[in-house]
Amino acid sequence: MSYLVWLIPVAILMGITALVAFLWSLRDGQYEDLDGAAARILVDEDRPIREQNA
Amino acid sequence: MAGCCAPGADIAPAGRPAGEEVRLASRALSETLMQTDLSVPAAHCGACIRAIEKALLALPGVEAARLNLSTRRVAVQWRKDGPVPPFFDALARAGYDATLYTHDQSDDDPEFGRLLRATAVAGFAAMNIMLLSVSVWSGADAETRHAFHLVSALLALPAVAYSGRVFFASAWSALKARRTNMDVPISVGILLTLALSLHDTFRNEPHAYFDAVVSLTFFLLIGRTLDHMMRRKARTAIVGLARIMPRGAVTVSADGARDYKEVRAIVPGETLLVAPGERIPLDSIVMQGSGELDTQLVTGEAVPVIVARGDKVSAGMLNLNASLSLRAERSAEDSFLSEMMRMMEAAEAGRSRYRRIADRAASLYSPVIHTLALAAFIGWMAATGDWHRALTVAVSVLIITCPCALGLAVPMVQVMAARRLFEHGIALKEGGALERLAEIDTAVFDKTGTLTLGDLRVAASTVPKHVLAAAAALAARSRHPAARAITRLDPAGEDLPVEDFAEQPGLGIEGRIGGALYRLGRPSWACAETTAASERSMSALSRDGVPLGTFSFTDTPRADAKGAVRALLGRGIAVEIVSGDGARTVAAAAHHLGIETCRAAMLPADKVARLEELRRQGRTVLMVGDGLNDAPALAAAHVSMAPGSAAEVGRNAADMVFFTGALSAVPVALATAQRAAVLVRQNLTMTVAYNIAVLPLALAGYVTPLVAAIAMSSSSILVVANALRLRGGERTLTPTELRAPKLAEVTS
Repeated sequence: MSYLVWLIPVAILMGITALVAFLWSLRDGQYEDLDGAAARILVDEDRPIREQNA
Repeated sequence: MAGCCAPGADIAPAGRPAGEEVRLASRALSETLMQTDLSVPAAHCGACIRAIEKALLALPGVEAARLNLSTRRVAVQWRKDGPVPPFFDALARAGYDATLYTHDQSDDDPEFGRLLRATAVAGFAAMNIMLLSVSVWSGADAETRHAFHLVSALLALPAVAYSGRVFFASAWSALKARRTNMDVPISVGILLTLALSLHDTFRNEPHAYFDAVVSLTFFLLIGRTLDHMMRRKARTAIVGLARIMPRGAVTVSADGARDYKEVRAIVPGETLLVAPGERIPLDSIVMQGSGELDTQLVTGEAVPVIVARGDKVSAGMLNLNASLSLRAERSAEDSFLSEMMRMMEAAEAGRSRYRRIADRAASLYSPVIHTLALAAFIGWMAATGDWHRALTVAVSVLIITCPCALGLAVPMVQVMAARRLFEHGIALKEGGALERLAEIDTAVFDKTGTLTLGDLRVAASTVPKHVLAAAAALAARSRHPAARAITRLDPAGEDLPVEDFAEQPGLGIEGRIGGALYRLGRPSWACAETTAASERSMSALSRDGVPLGTFSFTDTPRADAKGAVRALLGRGIAVEIVSGDGARTVAAAAHHLGIETCRAAMLPADKVARLEELRRQGRTVLMVGDGLNDAPALAAAHVSMAPGSAAEVGRNAADMVFFTGALSAVPVALATAQRAAVLVRQNLTMTVAYNIAVLPLALAGYVTPLVAAIAMSSSSILVVANALRLRGGERTLTPTELRAPKLAEVTS
């Protein structure tokens, strides 16, 4: 029984993390253009990370 | 307007929006930046993203450009202080036709986000609770079971409170209006089950139905979300079409200053300038200039009308070749267009309110199951006297007959059907239209722009081949429909230099090619002699006054029009034409297409009256039309379709819009709708049969949460699987229906 006290909250917490991640990505607009995202991976030019951040 | 012959290019070549219009349609992002949204319907791949963004970023003043491939829209940010960058020219050079997109409608869709979030929350809760329930079912000891039920309750309560609102709100508004809909039995089921489970949890009873409640909510929300997605996709596609009515016009004030004003801001009495290729923005009177107007969108006449000083013109007419100066007679609210809107509203109000199949089923179904549940409660109460036991049985009756499958039965089929229609280039605005389309027994077509493209085509020519290029060269410089038809005869003509080109409105065009004066137009003018009587549909070509030959024209029938009509007749649908055009042309088109009933010279009100007459005869009518004059009829019909080239009002009034140029979209839509109707009926029958089969178990009190979970999921899966069969039927439908008409078109 005692191990359940830890395991169940951990399981639910992991579920909540996934839910929050989904809701965040929804709000962030990551589902706005699914077709475009699939194509952009081929189109976008490779640039060094440093320059991108600058 | 060369090069607009891409497959599926069904959009009339209209004038590109002027810089002022772009500015009017943009919104300010910051002090220095403006954002403009453009629809680019042809964008479809990664290379398109690159080409479009590159072309736009290369323009001076453009700061950022990002294409959304899903909505086919590109958002361009540009510096306010400079001139408006030439977006449309840049995109045209890159090979894409674009139109301005405005955020005028309720564009951001909060409902969709709400549904998605509700589904996500319900899904999260359903999975976790199911996990706990499985361990309870596999035999947890009393203490663990109690703890798990408590955890489930903690998860289920907020999840139902959050995700269930979708159903509760809709059920409440239905009950307030003294009706029932699908959501009433759903809400009653959810709330009762949740209440009983909570009660049992606190009393430490062995069974709780949290998993049933939450997974029910989850499944139903999936159906709802899919349904909403379908409508959103259709709307995006329709909104992206070219704008046909002008947004504004150039006005001239008393002191001669020119100003670009929005249509609404123009008051009667103001002077407007309308350049060739633009549409008349408001009902007005011609003050200066004369020329030809294309009126097919307004009246349905295919042949251009000649106007001169003092003539009245209506909003929506296309100025072909004149520089007109007009005096606005009526404001935007009183224009022809607004009159159509009013008639549309009247027609819609008169149309009997259609109730969707799911709601009709629910209105039969919910009294039955609610009575059954009540009877079970009373029966068990009388037999055992144990109210808790009686209530448990009643709730299990509600769960087992839960409208879960019923809630998925209809939307799943309609989503699949909408997807199939979309693959055929037909946007379906709502599922109800599909149900209505399956019921039709009469199809009424508008002629110009629907059965025919409204474009003229050279039917016969006596002009020798070697001078065709000269004729095409002249014709390429005019917007007249007859000239456009001649241009298409010889594409090389466009490159031939023409000097002293002049267009004589109502007569024809002339110009010098290689020193000789060519004239193309009315035989009496071009050849200085009267020839045939039917000269309205004829043009003659002459060189230095010597006749070279004549062209005669006919309406271009829309691709597959004949086949579409034949397919409809083959399905036992009565077909008729209701057109605003003259009797002779309508009769000719009807004869060509094999349609027996046709009515000509119909005003918009006449069309509505005709539909009303058909309705009184007990017919259910599909209306297919495109013009402004069809809009009231589209709203009045049982169900309606419009081509993508239709005026905005028509597109908004129609239940379906087809983007492929071919009229075969109509029989395809009908076939899909009928097949969907069959599947919906099957699904409903299956659900009811299923419920009847398991009902005795519930009434006898044998339904544990485990049985409920299995019964519920399996019936849902059954219904979804049956809906997927709509794809399987595809092969048997398309080849015969699409290929045959094309062959007929070639041979005719």
